[in-house]
Amino acid sequence: MTEEMLTNAMMKSELIERIARKQSHLAYKDVELAVKGLLELMSASLASGERIEVRGFGSFSLHYRPPRSGRNPKTGGSVMLPGKYVPHFKPGKELRERVNNSINKA
Amino acid sequence: MALTKADMAENLYEELGLNKREAKELVELFFGEIRTALGDANHVKLSGFGNFVLRNKTERPGRNPKTGEEIPISARRVVTFRPGQKLKQRVEAYAGSEQQ
Repeated sequence: MTEEMLTNAMMKSELIERIARKQSHLAYKDVELAVKGLLELMSASLASGERIEVRGFGSFSLHYRPPRSGRNPKTGGSVMLPGKYVPHFKPGKELRERVNNSINKA
Repeated sequence: MALTKADMAENLYEELGLNKREAKELVELFFGEIRTALGDANHVKLSGFGNFVLRNKTERPGRNPKTGEEIPISARRVVTFRPGQKLKQRVEAYAGSEQQ
């Protein structure tokens, strides 16, 4: 049983601002380039089949989804959907604990 | 082989010309700020990459797999990652010979 919470979200722009505030010797533009560069590097890594491991945060890997038969919603005909890979994230211990502890706050 | 924080810092050093200390600090802050936001009960949405979404799970019955004894699994909050459309498309195209 899961229920999605309605909370605030931090968007990419706010992440960049928060980092920039703590790295005041760097130009905002440089922090923006760095954050976008990191996300591109991580995407490219996964797209080439390489996993990502960040201690205390978690790991990203690919999970294989085998071929399956689906239906064409227009015609109702059966179609074979090929196998594919999907990105998967497994939170690390520290992140898991911090997130779970937040349930007890306010 | 896996991409690590050290690889990411090295990339910022090479591609953006940050010095090595700056690059390392930036990578730490990147993951640190995401972790802090999630720990403060905020979802994190990184367009083009994906969303880190928080979910509350209610208590449910569980079992000790060794003894078979019934013990409730307490209510908890977990983080899940929902890859964005762009990342999904890039990964889908991966034609790895070995299944993971």
